[in-house]
Amino acid sequence: MPSNIIFSAKDISKFFGHGKKRVCAVKKVSFDIADGEIVSIVGGSGCGKSVLAKIMLGLYSPDSGSFQYKGKPITNTRDHWNEVQSVFQDPFGCFNQFFSIRTQLKDAFGILKDKPSKQNIEKRVDEALLAVNVKPSDIEGKYPFELSGGQMQRMLLARIFALKPKVLIADEPTSMVDACVRANILDYLMKLKAELGMTIIFVTHDIGLAYYVSDRIFIMHEAEIVEAGKPEEVTQHPKSQHTIRLLEDIPDINREWIKK
Amino acid sequence: MFKLLKNLIKEPMFVIGSVLFLTTILAGLIGPYLYAAVPDGGPYERPGSMYWLGTDNLGQDYVALLLRGLQNSLYVGFMAGVIATTIGTLVGLFAGFKGGIIDDILNMFTNLFIVIPSFVVLVLVSASWSGGRSLTLIAVLIGLTTWPWTARSVRAQAASLRGRDHISLARINGASNLQIIFKHILPYLASYVFMVFIMQVASGILSESAISMIGLGPIGDSPSLGVILNTAKNQSAITYGYWWGIFPAAIVITVIVFALYLLNNSMEGVFNPRLRK
Repeated sequence: MPSNIIFSAKDISKFFGHGKKRVCAVKKVSFDIADGEIVSIVGGSGCGKSVLAKIMLGLYSPDSGSFQYKGKPITNTRDHWNEVQSVFQDPFGCFNQFFSIRTQLKDAFGILKDKPSKQNIEKRVDEALLAVNVKPSDIEGKYPFELSGGQMQRMLLARIFALKPKVLIADEPTSMVDACVRANILDYLMKLKAELGMTIIFVTHDIGLAYYVSDRIFIMHEAEIVEAGKPEEVTQHPKSQHTIRLLEDIPDINREWIKK
Repeated sequence: MFKLLKNLIKEPMFVIGSVLFLTTILAGLIGPYLYAAVPDGGPYERPGSMYWLGTDNLGQDYVALLLRGLQNSLYVGFMAGVIATTIGTLVGLFAGFKGGIIDDILNMFTNLFIVIPSFVVLVLVSASWSGGRSLTLIAVLIGLTTWPWTARSVRAQAASLRGRDHISLARINGASNLQIIFKHILPYLASYVFMVFIMQVASGILSESAISMIGLGPIGDSPSLGVILNTAKNQSAITYGYWWGIFPAAIVITVIVFALYLLNNSMEGVFNPRLRK
């Protein structure tokens, strides 16, 4: 594992609610992530993977334990988002329905410390759209509800191409799109990694996808990381029962689903 | 926007409500200037060709009185509606968006206002007000006592929007709390807030009429619809058979409030996809 650690978590926990309704979303989780790695966080619904991603993004703070980005706790979120950005799960829910896509892509530059000139912003938005194979004229004056799910997910990735952050946290970016669009999105993620040397945290429930794109895989179950390792180790020699279940649940076209 | 209007026009309730409401608005706004009041006659003259709706206890033409009363009641209703909707929306937005301790404090404050009967507060303040009660004062008092319901409902809507991905994206775009509230939450609630405003106007008109009926309404030369009813009540108009002293004003109040209810219901049918045909 490379020595230049960017994310370091030691026994972090996150709770929601009070009293009897208190729920532990992340329980004493520890890990290190190095610069340039692609790490997948894999787990079923409600296992805490999205909460962990939001802690890394700085949208949530852990209630206990120590979490550091580049050796320091996240105290200034604006500085953090200057370098760490995210793609969310629901492409339609991510954009404000009342503003045009282009306006919202331009708004994203508000987070940059060195904000480019207006002319430069227009140029970078055009370049970002072309990077995800969308002609800028195709989305001119269009609103989020006028595009398809696949197009919207590409708009979210165009935002990343435009901002060029150091770290991308992709929270289930393929869960709401069809298989063809899913392949395109994975291609774009690989392109981001290849062109910009980006560190990518890929949150997914699909261990098969994680196997193909990751340098390391963390398996989460009931708020804990139950297994972590290289994709080959985790998939070929799983140690946790939960990992075995995730592997068994990978759809197989030759498998007989209903056993007689 | 065009599609929304098209859907609204298809709603019979919206068409009837709009026609009734626009008629009352026009009557209230330009009626008093267009209608040449007939010179005063005797007290409680019957409706006829000279006095279409008869006269009051001072012999004043009821049509002229009603038009001015309508103007004043609409002024009170709109002003109370603007005040209650603005306060309620702002309190609800901040409570729902911030959550945590700020939400708890604002919620406690709102619930405190809800459990105190607003009409009782209105009566007590109006009765103890020493400096003369103007239409504006009554409107402000109504507005200040009726905002909590708006706050409560807007809070619930804002809290449900807080966790949405577009809010998270706005945050990581560097948007400030105020930008998130006014640019990313309020537009989603605009139709809802507009419907709440309509109900607050209706409630303002009814509250003004109710408080005027018991003699604690605005004092001045220009009466409201409630004041017209109060005067007729004080003169025992119904007892003496002077029905025209009560019914026209009561019918006008009913028509305005009914029109506002129709508008509100028809908008719900268009804005709420579950109710859309």
